[in-house]
Parts: sequence; structure tokens; C-alpha cells
Amino acid sequence: MYSEKVLDHFTNPRNVGEVENPDGVGEVGNPVCGDMMKITIKVDAKDLRITDVKFKTLGCGAAIATSSITTEMAAGKTLEEALAITRQAVAEGLDGLPPNKLHCSNLAADGLHKAILDYLSKRPEVKINVPEAVIKRSQESEEHDHDHNHGEE
Amino acid sequence: MNDGKMTEGIIYMDHAATAPAYPEVTAEITKWFSGWYGNASSTLYSVGRKSEEGVARARAQVAALLKTSDREIFFTSGGTESDNWAVHGAAIANRKKGNRIITSAVEHHAVLECVQYMGRQGFDVTVLPVDQYGMVDPAKVREALTDDTILVSIMHANNEVGTINPIVEIGAICAERGVLFHTDAVQTVGKIPIDLSAVHVDLLSGSSHKFGGPKGCGFLYARKGAKVDPYFHGGGQERGKRSGTMNVPGIVGTGLACEIAGSHMAQEAARLSAMRDELQKGILERIPDVKMNGHPEKRLAGHLNVCVEGVEGESMVMCLDMNRVCVSSGSACTTGSLEPSHVLLAMGIPVELSHGSLRFTLGSANTPEQIPYVLDRLTTIVGKLRAMSPTYRKR
Repeated sequence: MYSEKVLDHFTNPRNVGEVENPDGVGEVGNPVCGDMMKITIKVDAKDLRITDVKFKTLGCGAAIATSSITTEMAAGKTLEEALAITRQAVAEGLDGLPPNKLHCSNLAADGLHKAILDYLSKRPEVKINVPEAVIKRSQESEEHDHDHNHGEE
Repeated sequence: MNDGKMTEGIIYMDHAATAPAYPEVTAEITKWFSGWYGNASSTLYSVGRKSEEGVARARAQVAALLKTSDREIFFTSGGTESDNWAVHGAAIANRKKGNRIITSAVEHHAVLECVQYMGRQGFDVTVLPVDQYGMVDPAKVREALTDDTILVSIMHANNEVGTINPIVEIGAICAERGVLFHTDAVQTVGKIPIDLSAVHVDLLSGSSHKFGGPKGCGFLYARKGAKVDPYFHGGGQERGKRSGTMNVPGIVGTGLACEIAGSHMAQEAARLSAMRDELQKGILERIPDVKMNGHPEKRLAGHLNVCVEGVEGESMVMCLDMNRVCVSSGSACTTGSLEPSHVLLAMGIPVELSHGSLRFTLGSANTPEQIPYVLDRLTTIVGKLRAMSPTYRKR
């Protein structure tokens, strides 16, 4: 049911853990849903680049694999580039995910974006372009946390 | 017990999902495809009569295991058909008598979904709760019985946690009130003694591949006089109760599997429970923050269901598979839905914890020396996954 890439990232997850003194933290999901992710990032304040990114995830194979590949995709990227990483890109990077795993278990991009928004909230002087979709997603993820609403995806 | 060549090196601990067929069963079945291939209904000629004899012998073997008459055994395509037939057939045949069907919250989906479907067709449905072990209290059945109740369907033993229900008491209560009692015995046939001459059961479902027989075959026991309509209509096979050309190879294999399972039931149960207890003890000793599910004593010998805090079930199943160990999880993700196990939730286990459930069901493919290896792998896997978890904190 899972692609080779999913199994690879699940078996050998990249960037597991928490960044020390993180510049941004993003937490998504909830334990009732069964999937929870925490993404921590370190940001170079000058060129606004992600210098370190780590994840901790409770969840199924897809949840762990998406977390792992998302950190790999985000490492070294500028914040704007990282904000452009979509769930779809994450799923494609893994050669696809089973349909029932696309919603709940594919939260890592949201977690990454939340960590970036957290960083930006602490640095109001930083002005970068945040896509509408990311802001919307972040609000939805708050609602998701509270309502546990498995919407259509 | 199995020939084990193709699965060599794999530790299979999911016998409640399916079990290897006895080699004797496999050998016997193959004779009935292109050797004795007759239609068991074509009894005017020799080839058909041979098949009819095979079916008759199998029916007697099933009846002997359950201590009942062979006239009360009807072969089906498996557990799901038997459950659907029992619920549907009993409801339709008795709807002039009443409209209520009683079942429990932990039934297999083959019963639960069928009962819910009957509910959508206009029947009234009562779903009984279970206790913390997944057991139905007979007193609750008594309270729920109304004058318009026509069927009670309570499983013999639960497939997820292995808890064995008090069907003797429940059957007696139903008999008192003249209400049909169906029990889904898919997990118990060939595993624990069932004496239909002593317990009042009207309908009982069995599935062959769970006890060393072939997939795609099963049976429904229907007590003489129990009012049940057919579910499959057609050529009138099985004395008009279940139409469709008889699956002679499957039926012959079912009969033989009943005979073999029955011949060593007590020894096999003792062997499995010794291994299961070893596994349970090891998990409790080596892995903190786990919860054993199911009744401590009234439980099937091979069943071990455990919730591991701070870890998701599917991840454990996948990691164990990478270590060549096959188990299952009640957790949703493995079964393709997003809902956690309805059985664990009905037992009052918190949703968060239910996501971390793992089910080991031991059987003929297992030997005692596998236990230390599985324990060792599981301990490492849980440690690794917990280290990755944002929620788990060592107490």
C-alpha cells in the first residue's frame, strides 16, 4: 500500500528530534486524531534561511514519512521557499500516498508553515510574502485541532 | 503445523485474521477439484454421488465437533455470509412476531453492519454496552429484552481482544423468553469446546479458515425448529435453506479441519496460552506504560491485545513487519478507515490510547522460541517510536 519512498523515510527518518533553542515551533494534529507533529526550526536572521529543522511525530507510517521528507525539503530553503512547500508537493515527493492518508497523516507542511509563522510573529520587522493559502491552512488547522473534523480532502 | 516453506523466517502472529490450513486439509481438498469434481446435487450418477458423500461426511464432522445433529449444519461461503444470513433471515422470518433486534457494541462488523442495515429497513435496534473487558453482562440482555424482541445476536468470543462471552447464560435467558439467539462463533469454533446439546443457541456462525480449513467456506448452525428464512434463493441446495452449488472442496476441507482441531483442542489451547502468557509477561516487564486489553481469564488462549501509550498502532505493525513479524492493530490506519477500534472504545479505553493498540493472535504457526525474539524486537521498536513521539514522556 505504501511506496518505496514512504517505507524508506519511515524506516530511516531524517531529522528526528527538536532543534535546541528553536526560532520557530509548529505543532499540528491532536492525539485523538491519532497523528501529532511538532516541527522546530532554526532561522538565519540575515538571509532568512532555515539552517536547521527537526521533527517529532506520533502517528502512522504516512505521518512519520511525510514529516521526514518535509524537513528534508525545507532544510536550507529561504522562508519564502519553505512557505511554498505544499502538502501536494510532500505527497509527490514520496511518490504518492494512499487516499485515506492524504488528510490527517499529511500535516507536516502545515507544521512547517506554522513554525515559520511562529518565527514571523516574534520578528514583526521581517516582511515576507506569506501565501493566502498558508494563512488559511493555519487557521483551519487550529479549527481541526479543536473540532477534530475529518473533512473531505 | 503448517508446512512453513513459503513463510520460512516469518513469524506469523495474526491467526485471528486467518490461519494456515492443516497440511492434511490442503492435501484432501485438492482431490475434490479435478478428481472428484461432481456437483453434490447431481446424485443420479456416480460422480455426483461421490461429492454428495464427501459433503455428508463433512457435515457429520462439523456436527460432531459442535455436539449436534448434522441436519442442523448448513454450509456457506464463510463467516460474513453466515452472520448476514442469521441476522437477516431471522429478522425477516419473525417480523410478524416483533420488530426488535438486540446486539452488542463489540460485534464483528459482519453482525454490527448487518444489524444497522436492518435498522435502516425499519427494525428497532438495541446495541448493548460491554464492561471494561469487552464482555456482555447477561443481566443487561435480560433488561433489554422486550415483548417485541425477535433476535439476540451476541458473539461467542471477540476477535480483537479475545474475551469470551457467557453464552450459556445469555442463551438460557433468550430461551426463557422464546427469542432466537444467534452467536458469531467465528473465533471459537475449533478453539474452545462448544456443546450445542447443552447450551441453548439457535444460530451459530463458523468460518473454516480460522481453524485450519480453507478460505471461502463456513457454516451456519440452525437449531431444528428455529425460524429463519433463506438468504440465498435459487436451486434449493442445503434442503432449500441455502441455494448455490456446493463448494465441495471447501466443505470437505471444513469437515476435516473440524475433526483435526477437535482432536487436539485442549492441548493446543494449553500450548498457545503458555506462549501467550510468556509474551504478556515479557511486555509488562520490559515496556512501561502499556495496558493489556481483554478479560484476564475468560479469554481465548492465543489472544493478546495491548495498548502502547505514545505510539500509533500502524507504525508498530510496520516496524514489526520489517523485522519479519506479522501482527495486526485495531488502529484505524491499518484497516483503511480513520476510526479507532469500536471494540476498544466500547470498553471505555480513551481514544488516544486506542490508537496505540496491537493484537497478537497465536496459533499453529507459532513455537515458543519465537517469543523472546518478538519481545526483543517489540521493545526496541516501541523505544524508537516513543523517542520520536512529541507526546510521550517517560514517567
